[in-house]
Amino acid sequence: MPFEWILALRFLREGRMQTALIMAGTTVGVAVIIFITSLMNGLQASLATRTLSTQAHITVRAPDEAPTPVLARTGDSAVLAHLEPRVQRLRSIDQWAGVDRALALLPHVVDVSPIATGSGFAFRGNASKSIALMGVIPERYARIVRIADKLTAGQFRIAPGEALVGIELAKDLGAAVGDRIRIVSSESREDVFRISGIFDLGVKDLNRRWVIMPLRSAQSLLDLSGGVTHLDLTVDDIFLAEAVASRITSQTGLTAESWMAINTQLLTAFKNQTMTTRTVRLFLVLIVALGIASVLVVSVVQKQREIGILRAMGASPRRIMKVFLIQGGVVGGSGALLGSGLATLMVYGASFALRQDDGSPLISGRIETSYYLTAAAVALLTGLLAAVAPARRAAKMDPVEAIRYG
Amino acid sequence: MADILRLEAVSKSYNVGTPIEVEVLHAIDLALSAGEFAALIGPSGSGKSTLLHLIGLLERPTAGRMLIAGQEIDALDEARMTELRGRTLGFVFQFHHLLPEFTALENVMMPTLIEAGRYSRAMRERGKWLLGKVGLGDALDKKPSALSGGMQQRVAIARALAMNPPLVLADEPTGNLDSHTADDVFALLREFNREEGSAFLIVTHDPRLAARCDRRVELMDGRILTNAV
Repeated sequence: MPFEWILALRFLREGRMQTALIMAGTTVGVAVIIFITSLMNGLQASLATRTLSTQAHITVRAPDEAPTPVLARTGDSAVLAHLEPRVQRLRSIDQWAGVDRALALLPHVVDVSPIATGSGFAFRGNASKSIALMGVIPERYARIVRIADKLTAGQFRIAPGEALVGIELAKDLGAAVGDRIRIVSSESREDVFRISGIFDLGVKDLNRRWVIMPLRSAQSLLDLSGGVTHLDLTVDDIFLAEAVASRITSQTGLTAESWMAINTQLLTAFKNQTMTTRTVRLFLVLIVALGIASVLVVSVVQKQREIGILRAMGASPRRIMKVFLIQGGVVGGSGALLGSGLATLMVYGASFALRQDDGSPLISGRIETSYYLTAAAVALLTGLLAAVAPARRAAKMDPVEAIRYG
Repeated sequence: MADILRLEAVSKSYNVGTPIEVEVLHAIDLALSAGEFAALIGPSGSGKSTLLHLIGLLERPTAGRMLIAGQEIDALDEARMTELRGRTLGFVFQFHHLLPEFTALENVMMPTLIEAGRYSRAMRERGKWLLGKVGLGDALDKKPSALSGGMQQRVAIARALAMNPPLVLADEPTGNLDSHTADDVFALLREFNREEGSAFLIVTHDPRLAARCDRRVELMDGRILTNAV
C-alpha cells in the first residue's frame, strides 16, 4: 500500500469516534437519497400504472378535418374570411393495416391494438342507455387493457354476437351474464349481443358506457366497413410516451396523443414531486459534504504537529494533500457502500409496510442498479470535494509553525 | 574531511519590507565536517532555533550562501528541497513529535516510507535494529502513548537515523527529560555518531552536555560568538 493510503487509513482508524460518526452520517445520507428516489419513483410508477390500466399509453387517430378556405390568398391581396370549424365525422384511419404494422416496429412500442369506436344506445326491455361501442380484436386489446383481470362475472370471450359490458351498465339495464341486449349505433344500425362478461375498470364512467365487442360487429354497426378509428399503443417506458407520440405524428401525419397529454394534472403532480425529491437530495448531499469537511478540518487542526513532522521528514505538500483527499474519498465511498445496504433494507421494508387499497405492495422491494451507482458516485465525489479545503489547508501548513510550538 | 554543511554570510530576516522588519541572524559563517558532533549553544532568543530551521531546510535564508552535502540550496525549488531534506537530514525535536496513530516501529520506518512510497522488508529490519539499539527492542508494537517520555525520545532518535542521514539536527533533544534520562539519550546520540558516522548538530541549554560535544558553536544576538573545537 502506498504511503498516502497507509496514513489516510490509519488516521481514519485511529480517529474512531469521529470516523464512526461521519461514516454513519454519510451512510444515512446515501441511504435516504436512494430510499426517497426509489420510493418516489415507485409511487409514481404505481400511480401511473393504475391510471394507465384502463388507458393506452398512446392513442393514434385520423387527423382532425380542417376547413379549407375557399378564397386563396394571392400576391399582396388580403382575404378577410370567417372560417367555420368543420364537423368531425367518424372516420377510419387511412390504410390502417399498414400503419398498424409500421407502428409496431417503432422503437419503445410494445403493443398495438386497432379499435373501432363510436357512440350508440343499449336497450333491454324498457331501459335504454347511451354507450360507447368498443370494437376490438380481443387478444390484441387484452395486451393494452387487461380486461381479463377486471372481470367480476363471466369470462373474457368475445365471439361474434357476444359483448362485454361494464358493471354499472349491467346494473342500469338489470342484465347479467347470458342476457341479451340490443345495441343501436349512431349510424342507426342495430344488432343483438349476448353478455359474456361484466367488467369493473375502477372508473364509473367507463363502467357505465363501455361495451366491448368484436371489431367486425363494431365496424358494421358504425358503418366503417373494415376501418378502425383508433390505434391504441403501449410503450416500454411510460415516461417516453410523449416523445414516441410526437414521433408518430411527425412520421405519419396522424394525430397521436400520449397519456401524458391526456392526463396533464397527473404529469404536473409527478413533475412537482420529482422536483421536491431533487431538492431534498441536493440538501442531503450538501449536509453530508459539510459533515465530511468539518470532521476533516478538525482532523487537520488536531494533526498540525504531525503534519509538520511529516513535512520535515520529506513528505511534500502534494502528498500531505493526498492523505486528506483519500480520507474524504474513503468516507464517501464507504458511506456509499453501507448506505446502499441500508437503503436496500429500507426499501424492502417499505415494500411490506406501504400497501394499496387492495393489499398489494405500493412499491416493489427492488432498487434499480442505476440508483446505487448514482448515489455511490455522488457520495464519492462529495467526499473528495469536501476534503479539498481541509487537504489544501494541511498542505499549506508551515512545518516550522507546526514544530515550534510543541 | 568534506563539509557536510557550509554557511557563508547567511542572514535571516522576518517581515522583510515592513516597518517591523527584524534581522534574527547576521552574516553567519559556519561549516560542519562529515561525522562531526557539535553543540549549538546560546541564550534564548539568540537565533539558535532559526539557524537550525535554516539548516534543516524548513526555511530559506534571506541572504548568503548555504550548501548541504555539496548542494547549493539557493538553486533548489520547493520539491527538490523537500527531497534533499528527506534524504540528507534527520530531525530530533524537543517534543518528540511521534505520530500517535502509529506504533514505535512504524514511526521509525516513517522517513523511509515517505522516501520509498511503500513498506519493505529491509525497512522493517532496519527499524527493528534501530529500536533494538535504543533499547526498545521489546516495544516495537507499542503506541507512543504507551511509552514514557524518555522512551518516546529514543524512538524519535531511532526515527531520525532511519535513513542513515549524513546530518542529524537535534533541537533540545533532552530538554524535557530528567538528568538521568537525558544522559542516556545523549549517550545514544554519541553512539550513533560513532557507529553510523552521521554528523550531529545539537541545540542545547545544558552546559554539561555541551561540554561533552566535540565542538561548541555559541550564538549571541544572531552572531556566532565562539566557534571552539
